[in-house]
Order: sequence, then structure tokens, then C-alpha cells
Amino acid sequence: MIISEQWLRTWVDPRLSTAELASRLTMAGLQIGAVTATNVLHSKVVVGEVLKVEPHPRADRLQLCTVNVGRSRALRIVCGAPNVAPGCKVPTALIGAALPNGTVITKSRIRDVVSSGILCSGTELGLDDSSDGLLILDIDAKPGLELNTHLQLDDRLLDLELTPNRGDCLSIAGVAREVGALTAVKVSAPAIRPQRARSKSKRPVRLAAPLDCPRYVGRAIENIDMQARTPDWMRQRLTRVGVRPINVVVDVTNYVMLELGQPMHAFDLDAVHGGIVVRHAKQAEGLTLLDETALDFAGGELIIADKRGPIALAGIMGGLYSAINDQSRSIVLEAAYFRPGIVAATARRLGLQTDASHRFERGVDPSGQRLAMERATGLLLSICGGVAGPIVAAEDRSHLPHRRPVRLNYRHIERLLGAKVPAARVDSILRRLGMTVRRGPAGWRVTPPAYRFDISAEHDLIEEVARVQGYDQIPDRVPAVSATHRTPSEQRVADGLIRETLMGRDYFEAITYSFVDPELQSRIEPTIKATALTNPIASNLAVMRTSLWPGLLQALAHNYRRQQRRIRLFELGNVFARQAAAELALIGGVVTGSVWPEQWGLERRDVDFYDIKGDFEALFALTGEADEFAFKAAKHPALQAGQCARIQRGRKHVGWIGRLEPALQRRLDIDAPIFVCELHADAIQSGRRPQFSPTSRYPATRRDLAVVVDESVSAEILLKTVRQAGGRSLRKLELFDVYRGESIDSRRKSLTFSLTFQELSRTLNESDIENIMTRIQQSVQNKLGGELRS
Amino acid sequence: MDNSELNDIDGLRGTAEAAISAAADEAALEQLRVHYLGKKGALTEQLKRVGGLPPEQRRSVGQAVNAAKQSLENRFRERRESLQTESEAARSAAEVIDVTLPGRGTGLGGPHPITRTLQRVEAIFGQLGFGVAEGPEIEDDFHNFEALNIPLDHPARAMHDTFYIDEHTLLRTHTSPVQIRYMLENPPPLRIIAPGRVYRCDSDVTHTAMFHQVEGLAVDESTTFADLKGVLIHFVREFFEADLKVRFRPSYFPFTEPSAEVDISCVFCSGEGCRVCQRTGWLEILGCGMVHPEVFRHTGVDAERFRGYAFGMGVERLTMLRYGVDDLRLFFDNDLDMLRQFR
Repeated sequence: MIISEQWLRTWVDPRLSTAELASRLTMAGLQIGAVTATNVLHSKVVVGEVLKVEPHPRADRLQLCTVNVGRSRALRIVCGAPNVAPGCKVPTALIGAALPNGTVITKSRIRDVVSSGILCSGTELGLDDSSDGLLILDIDAKPGLELNTHLQLDDRLLDLELTPNRGDCLSIAGVAREVGALTAVKVSAPAIRPQRARSKSKRPVRLAAPLDCPRYVGRAIENIDMQARTPDWMRQRLTRVGVRPINVVVDVTNYVMLELGQPMHAFDLDAVHGGIVVRHAKQAEGLTLLDETALDFAGGELIIADKRGPIALAGIMGGLYSAINDQSRSIVLEAAYFRPGIVAATARRLGLQTDASHRFERGVDPSGQRLAMERATGLLLSICGGVAGPIVAAEDRSHLPHRRPVRLNYRHIERLLGAKVPAARVDSILRRLGMTVRRGPAGWRVTPPAYRFDISAEHDLIEEVARVQGYDQIPDRVPAVSATHRTPSEQRVADGLIRETLMGRDYFEAITYSFVDPELQSRIEPTIKATALTNPIASNLAVMRTSLWPGLLQALAHNYRRQQRRIRLFELGNVFARQAAAELALIGGVVTGSVWPEQWGLERRDVDFYDIKGDFEALFALTGEADEFAFKAAKHPALQAGQCARIQRGRKHVGWIGRLEPALQRRLDIDAPIFVCELHADAIQSGRRPQFSPTSRYPATRRDLAVVVDESVSAEILLKTVRQAGGRSLRKLELFDVYRGESIDSRRKSLTFSLTFQELSRTLNESDIENIMTRIQQSVQNKLGGELRS
Repeated sequence: MDNSELNDIDGLRGTAEAAISAAADEAALEQLRVHYLGKKGALTEQLKRVGGLPPEQRRSVGQAVNAAKQSLENRFRERRESLQTESEAARSAAEVIDVTLPGRGTGLGGPHPITRTLQRVEAIFGQLGFGVAEGPEIEDDFHNFEALNIPLDHPARAMHDTFYIDEHTLLRTHTSPVQIRYMLENPPPLRIIAPGRVYRCDSDVTHTAMFHQVEGLAVDESTTFADLKGVLIHFVREFFEADLKVRFRPSYFPFTEPSAEVDISCVFCSGEGCRVCQRTGWLEILGCGMVHPEVFRHTGVDAERFRGYAFGMGVERLTMLRYGVDDLRLFFDNDLDMLRQFR
């Protein structure tokens, strides 16, 4: 909310600079954002009175005006504006005046006639965004008066960023009250006198939904002059805080809302049939709002109705049919209290936010309706005449909010804040905030004012004391360490270590959106039903991911488009699937391009399946149980058949690895093979505390073994067979060569292993080792049809 | 006779020494060694002959032969070492490389900048005894709003721009529901932080639909607003490694009271006023307050006995301030040119 400092200071004027005032409010919880000075005009822009308008002798569209600028001699000024007329008061830039756009006014000759200045529009002066002619000033403006003085242009605008609990500050009166409390300066409100009824005209009001509207104040005013012009001072205050002048009645109701915080509405009296009822809408009822939105009520919305039906959406917006217009002669004014919850619910459901609903949602002073009505009546009568009827006030006191007294225990202040505030200080802070305070033996009994919706318990009062006193008055205590949480078990492999491992293998960590493109996702995991958002921000971010691959592949594609050719990314994050209720943490990786960064000493080679496999096997090693992991050839919709494996830990499925299926790769517009992997994080996170076993003191012996087997025999089964046959003495078994080609049958392959033999208690001799090697050879031959390669 | 034997030995020794000095390489030297000191070497022969000498000569000739042998052995060793040194030097000279050529092997990846910040935040609070807690990202209305004292028609809800799965299920809009879950499961005293992803359906230059927060919660019998101030002042000074000015400004959150926003003196202009701090000299960095009794009621914590404080901070904001990142949206592009800078 924008606050005019000038306006505020007419209510309360502490001896503080603008900056000091802003800081005082900010540090009491009423945050002032930007402070903007208004544009001040050149002193030679003054009020001019147009005395005479004559046609320009040499130009059809120009006129020659005689203008009184408070000097003994009137000026002759050439003007082209359509709305110039004798008797009107307009801004006049004299010779020497500089306009906001930099133009300096000089004596000029326009088609042979000398013009001693110009008459100005609102846009030329930077006062309006658009204008269709001269800016017309009050008829009683004093000719020759500096426009700065007449319009009181020297002002500063404070951007007040209010928190939702402080609805009581959504007005000049409310902010003034707060400033008064903070600075102990007296607040002086403008005098608001009750306006006597001069007619009997009225509309009865019935409260048919007293819980949601316990007070409704109405008043009819007849015979107003809708052509009357809103005075400059009011127009200035409205425009300065961003409210556009519309017509005198709307301007006055807006002005009262800005001044006192009470939203008001005006109906055309002739369009209100019979009495006014505040009730809930029935299903199938409808209403066309002022902004021409047509509503069909679901039933239960709070509305204002006459005998024909709804005429306004309570607290949010009036109806089009009953709205006042230039032809209106009589009006009914409304000032009501609507329950915040009902306005919030309706506004939210209908997606309507107005200045009125903003205030009602946060709570309008339930005792302020009569005052606002008198203020609006007084302003209207003085500006556009009319005859006011009596105030009609319908009330249900049992449903009006009322503030209960709250106990404040003195000791509790220190207990919560960690700082002592002298009792006398507490007392004075509460009183200045408008609370009714009674001392008791241990503290106070405090009744907050009607407009403080946010105070209902002791801690609310303690906060008031703390913020008015200043949070900077509370000391800061050096925190003491306490062992309230448990250190993670050593069996858990920390996420940090998982990241370090992949980073050490030249992967960069990515963080991608948890919601992804439904199409890409279903292409990758067609069988899993993804959780959809009801209100996604974009159609390509509409479902929760069930895999890390969509996001990672898009990140890869982004980098590829940016001419990166070697891309290695991983992510650690949750996936979400409808079928499995819980969120599942995964570790995903994508790679493409060369194995090594480009360099001089290593032969360039593209990554393949075994490279990414090795990277993720490094994670298995972190668990201390690498042997529990296994790869099983399998099929996956996103992966190329024959280069795809399921990963298991023991018998449990824990992930997928493989080469991205060619069509998917093409869809991403990438020309190189892509390999991907995805692991359940918990399979890596659950590790083992190391257990020492003795190392052998005896020498180890190495033998190599080359075996030729059918292509169908997997490395895994061959290794397993060798390991079994090797027994306890075979300490280490490594596969170091795979060969196909010359001298080997085309359906067979040769695998070469190194075997390391060692015993804990003795040195193995040559014949021991020969025996074992023979056992291994026989086993491979018998079980797998393998033969030694010489 | 006597002298002639001794002269022979001297002569032999002299000749040998000259030959040793003249040996061109290790092979020539080895030949010489065999020639003089080998099993059939000249000096060895001399030694063999000592036994045949008259007894009065044996002693002196024997000593002379042994002395010569000792001396030659030393010479051989010295010459060998010097020849080795020479040949190694020659080899080294032939093996000079360009030490400025780049090293071989794979590169080094790095963490996402958000992770970098989170690790730092966790480390600082870890030192103060805060453990790390987690909660689900798909939440229900109760944990995300109700239990945090944000009932259905509370104006604060409108500020949250919530993504919904269905009427009661949503993507958490903040990490605060972890407070609720933790308190429901763990009796006080407790001290936790809860880092994680949060979601709001809002996207522009300064908002992304997904971002990260760290929630903090401490509950015990004696905690006060003064402790909250102490912990957070310590945190921001540790995090930024600077003796920043810190101010606590009254604010409002439904789940804390009193509530505060924490501002630090701008890290870019030292509080002088610049574009980043919008000329105010201050940067808003986190929100905090004393746990609202209503939150304790929802979580079954005895509000008469316990008090607590809570805080929440935006990780992207901390990261931007710490490393000078000027566009929030860069965080989720995962551009390698950016990621490489956080190695």
C-alpha cells in the first residue's frame, strides 16, 4: 500500500525526517520498501484563469486565449486544446518555466501571434498518464498561485509492505495510529460531524446471515449533482496512491476507504427495488459484476440483495445493474462489517481480488461503519449537494467480533524474550497501542481495541511489547551446543560421499525440476502412472517425475545444444509415483562423448556401457558389499535392446543401466550414444562397518588362464565357476582380456584371467597350485564347455 | 729379493690404478677387475704365491698384497660409482621432457552450487548441535498449512501459490511441515534443520517454481528469543565469513510469534547502498520467530513447559549472495559452463 507522507502528516506529525519515519515503522514491523519523491514542478507553472477565448486569426485549429495569472496584465496565449473555455482554471507555464520533459518555455510566435506561455495538460506536467485536453483545476483555484502549492505536489510516497495480520493499518488512520504509538505523538483526526437527516428517504436493511454480516449501515442521499467535480486536493490524494478518479461518488467512497480503512459502496437508489437484505446466495442465482463478469452462484456466497435478487457480491464488488452512473440522481451508501473468512473464501473461489476484499479479508474495524458513513456523507454533501436521509443500521451484536481481555504475566515476557522490559514500559506501550490495561498482582489484564484482530493471547501481547520496544533491545545469547540429535550410523554411506565419488569420476551434479514433460516421461516409463499436478505452471512441467532420466536428459540436451560434446551429469533426488505411495530417492547419471577430457596422451574413445558401469560400480564399493550387486541382461522401454541391464543387490531390484534407445536419442537431437544409469539411493546408503581380517604373511603366486567358451556363456558365470573351483586359496581373480577373432571359432570368445593364490598359514608350493589349476580347468570344461587356449 | 717382491706389487698396483682411471665404461672396468682381482687375477696370483715365500718375507709381502688389494677394490668402487653417475647423467640428459605439458587422466567434476551452500549450512548448524531431518515433498494440507496455524481462508495461503495434486494433497510450499512431522515423532528437547526442495506455482525473473529452503527448529525448556538471535547472528557471520551487521525486523508468520525477518548489511556494498540491496544497505535473508503455541498444540508439545524457535531461509538466495550469481533461473539449466565454476 502506498502512503502519502503529506497526507499522513496531517494526522500525525512527529519530528522525524522521512527516512527516520520509514525506519521507525520498518523496525516496528510495518516495512517501508521504496520511498519515492513526487515530481515537483517548476515554480513558473502557475494557476491561470482563462478570461477570453478567441479564434486564432491565421489558424483554424488554434485559439487565442487571454489568461489571468494574477498579474496586473493578462497574458495572451495560443492554445490548441479542445476543452479550453472561458472561466476555466488551467495550469499555465510562464516564459522561463521548464517542463518535466525538459522543454523550456520561451516567448514564441505561432503563425504571427505572440504567445507568452502555454496552457498545460496533465501529461505535459507528468501528473497523468494520459489526458484529452488541458488539466482542469478547481474553479476556485487562485490565479497566479504556484501549481506546486495549489496541488501540494511536494510529497513523498512510502511503499508500505504490510503483513497479513495488520489489516488495521490499511488506512491513513491506521498508520497514523501506529506512528502515534511508536513516537508518543498525538494523533489528530479530521473533525467528522454527524450529518442530520433532511429527508425521510431510506431503505430498510435485514441481516439474513448475521454470522457473516453482523452490521450493515446504509443511507440514502437524494438529488446529488453527479456532474460536480471532485476537488483537486482529493484527486491528488487518490491519484498519488494509485487510485484513478472516476466520478465524485466513487471518488468519495474510495477516499473514505483510504482514509479510514472502511470499504464503502454506492448503489443507484432508483435501481434498488425495495429493502436491502444481506444473505447467502441461492444456487442458480446470478449477478453481473461492475467489471461485467457474469457470476452463477454455487450457493452460500454472501451477497447484498433487493427484492428482485442479488445486487452486489458482499465485500468484493458491486453489481453492474445497480451501479451509479452520470445520470444517477440518488444513491444508497453502504458501510458494512463482513466476516473475514467469508470474504476470503468467496474471493479465493472466484479468483477476485479487490481493494475492498483485501481489507475485509484482513479484518475491518467492526466499530467503524457509522463514522465512515458520516464522513462519506459529509464529503458528498459538501461537493455535490444532495439531501441525506437517516442512517439505517442493522446490527446483530451477538455476532460482532469483540475483543476479550487477555492476561499478561510479567514474568512470561522475560521467559519468552530472554530480556527484561521494565513493567512501567510494558504498561505504557500497551496503552499507547490503544489497549485498555488493568494492573493485577502478577501482570495485566489487557483488552485490545476492536480493530486489532491479531491479538487474542498472551504471546500476541508479548510480541507487541517486543516490537515497539525494538528487537535490537533484546540481547543475543551465544548459543551453547547440546547433544540433542544422534550422529548418523557408520553403516550409512553419506550422500556427501556418494557425490564425492561421482565427482571424482568427472561427473557434475545437476538439480532438475521435480515436475517434467508428461510425454517424455511416458516415453521413458510408459507403464508407470505419474502423479499429475492440477495446476501446473506449464504443460511441459505437468507431472511429477518417476525417473531422474527425463530431467537429466534435458539437461544433457541443453548442454549439447550449447556445443558441449562431453557431458557427464548426475543427480540425487526423489521420484514420485502414484503406484508406490512413498517418495523414492534415486541416484541417476547420464554420459555422452569421449571417455577422457580431450588431451594429448590418451587415445580418444567414446564412452560405452562398461565406462558408466564402472562409475556406478565405484558406488557399490562404498557399501563394502560390492559382491552383493549384480547386473542382469534385461529389457527397458528407454534402453537399447542388448545393452541394457537390471541392477540387483542380492535379490532386490535396485536400478537400471544401459544405452539410451536410438529413437529417444534422435528425439533429443543428439548425434552420439548416450548411456544412463539409475540406482535406488538406499541400496548405496546402507553399507557396512569394516571388519578386519588378518592379512597373510606368506608369498602370493600369480597364474594366468585363458579360456575359450561359447558366446552365450556370460563373464559372470565363468568367473563364478572359476572362483568356486579355486576355493579358499584363490585370493584374487581378475578378468583382463576378452578376445574374438583369428584362431577362435566365430561363435566363441576367449577370456583371460589372472589368478592370485595365497594361504593364510603357509606357503603354497608348485604342486599345490598345479592341483588347483587342474581343478579349475576341469570345472570350466565340464560345466561350461570351456577349453584352455594355448 | 725382498724388495723386488714389494716392488712388483707396487708396480702392479700402479699399472692397475692407471688402467682403472682410464676405463671408459662399466664393462671395461669389470674386465679390469677380473684381470686384477678375479679368481685368476694378477693380484690374486700374487697372494697365492705368498705361501711359497720364506717365512721371514711372508708377513711383509702378505700385508703388502692385501693392502694393494684393499686399495684397488676401493678404486674400483669409486670408479664404478663415478662411471654410473656419468652414464645416468647422460641418460637423464637424453630424457628431458616438457614439464609444462598437461597431466593425463580423467577430469574432476563438482557439486551443484545449491549443494555447496547446503553443505555449508549443515556444517555450521551441525557444530551447534543441529541434526538434519527430512520430510516428504508431496504433503497434505494438515502438515503444510493447518498445523502451522494457516487455516483454510487465512490470507497467508494466498501468498503461497500452491501446486495441488488433489484437494488435500499438494507440493509443500515450504520446509516448515518437517517441523510438524519431527515434533509429532520426537519429544523435546530437539534441534534440527530440514533442508529440501519446495514448490510454488510462480515463475518470473525472481521466482522459480521449484527452489530450496532450510528450516530450523529448536525446542527446550529454556530457549528464548535471545537464543534465536544468537544462533542466527552466529550463522550468518560464519556463512559469509564476515563480521556483518545483522538486524532483526518485526514481521509476521502464522507459525511463529514474535516473528522477525533477518537483514544483513549488504555483502556487495558493505551497507553503503547498491543495486543488489536496492540502495537500502540491507539484504533480507531469512525469516524466524518463536514457535507459536498453536503449533505446539497441533504437535502435542506442552507449551507451558517448552518454548522453541524456528527459522527458514532460501538456499538459492544464500547461494546468489555468497557466489555473486545474478540470475535465479541459471540454477536449473545445469549448464556445464556454470557448474564448472563451483568445482
